[in-house]
Amino acid sequence: MSNILGNSISRRKLITTGLAAAAGVAGLATAERVAKSYGLIPPDDGGIWGVGETLTYATQRMLMAHHSMAREFGRSEISKAIPVSGDPPTKGPYPEMLSSGFKGWRLPIDGLVAHPSSFSVDQLKAMPVRSQITHQACEEGWSFIAEWHGVQLSDVLNLVGVSSKAKFVVVYAYDGVWDSLDLADAYHPQTFLTYALNGDDLSASHGAPLRLRVARQLGYKSVKFLSRITLVDSLKNVGDGKGSISPAYGYSWYAGI
Amino acid sequence: MADLTYIPEVALQADEAQTVPRPPLLVRFTHWTFTLSFFGLVVSGFAIILSHPHFYWGETGNILTPPLFSLPLPTMLGGPSGWGRSLHFQSAWLAVLSGLLYIVSGVLSKHFRRELMPAASDLSWSSIRNCVADHLHFKRSGLAAEEHYNVLQRLSYLGIVFVVFPFTILSGFAMSPSITSVFPWMVEFFGGHQTARTIHFFLANLLVLFLVVHVAMIVLAGFTSRMMAMITGRPAAPKETR
Repeated sequence: MSNILGNSISRRKLITTGLAAAAGVAGLATAERVAKSYGLIPPDDGGIWGVGETLTYATQRMLMAHHSMAREFGRSEISKAIPVSGDPPTKGPYPEMLSSGFKGWRLPIDGLVAHPSSFSVDQLKAMPVRSQITHQACEEGWSFIAEWHGVQLSDVLNLVGVSSKAKFVVVYAYDGVWDSLDLADAYHPQTFLTYALNGDDLSASHGAPLRLRVARQLGYKSVKFLSRITLVDSLKNVGDGKGSISPAYGYSWYAGI
Repeated sequence: MADLTYIPEVALQADEAQTVPRPPLLVRFTHWTFTLSFFGLVVSGFAIILSHPHFYWGETGNILTPPLFSLPLPTMLGGPSGWGRSLHFQSAWLAVLSGLLYIVSGVLSKHFRRELMPAASDLSWSSIRNCVADHLHFKRSGLAAEEHYNVLQRLSYLGIVFVVFPFTILSGFAMSPSITSVFPWMVEFFGGHQTARTIHFFLANLLVLFLVVHVAMIVLAGFTSRMMAMITGRPAAPKETR
């Protein structure tokens, strides 16, 4: 008697567990499809850290569905000295451009845009000037507060007319670094192309002539020495397909942490 | 053949000399997923510190500003912090999900109320003093005779679960430029990004200290039986009954 009861209970348990597992697998597959269509999967979602990267990126994208603003500070809180990490390139065209004061330098913007264009520093300076006093933390743990002056990336993107197919903004730099932003960060009001720091033109060590500033991510996302911007619908065929050079060095593509 | 269901209680009575708390399945499951995540957090936390073993107070801090203190560790610029951070966040997700499962199930099953809330009578100074004295004198009768957790255990578990862990997580959030863009109060509460980082480090040390004491007490109370209890839910290997 108790055996029959025990068996029927275990059979029922087996069926419920099986159903729950099936529902779980189907739920995960659906969740992945939905997440993909809403752009909640980062390009470096593979490998052993993929689970953590995806959870962090998807959660933060949902949390920041509106344009949440990084904290801004007063002038009195600006750091007295700013450490530098990453030296200016000593090879390629950069040293000559630096010594000529970036006379012939232009920033091409191409890819999925209506009017591929290129901008000189003076042209960018003629656009509406924006500034922000924000905190920048390095991936290693140190940080500083500085005032950045430049043009809002979204202003430039609106000028060149971004195609509705575009999903990512890829940036290249003269030191070989390349990275990319999703549209949420590219159009964020605190995402700048900066040409000045604390009132002075950018020095070479801080990324002259033009540096990206992404206020809601760690410092390595603010790429220095910009050389080109291109808009793409997928990061699969850009570089090694992980959205940035950072994953090759062990750092994640999304640095909102 | 009949009365199969009574045998565990018979076994319990027979084992009364060696009474050990019997954690339910969810407590045991989350205990071990949490152990795994905690190990990942400590190892990766150390890796992250290696890339900048200096601590500051306030909003900012870097090699050009005087640190509050520095750890006597080699600075490994661009060293292991890459995988360190990835492991830290992956482990943090496992820790938070395990913790949520533990807390929700603990509230629903009244585990916290029954096993961890100290009785009002135990919260008197004399009762706590007696418990401390028992510990200091290594009085095993005072420590191991109870099937339930004693008042010191209850207070330290509650403090770890509901005070130290939440503040460790909060100070971690306070270092995220994207999370603080949504919830600026998280970093303002600590008074600055670098203060939050320093407090995160101190709280992590407190958690490691708790782990050391926790394991030491397990060893003193009987390592094998306590480990078996946390793995199988029974103090020792289940005895064959007849």
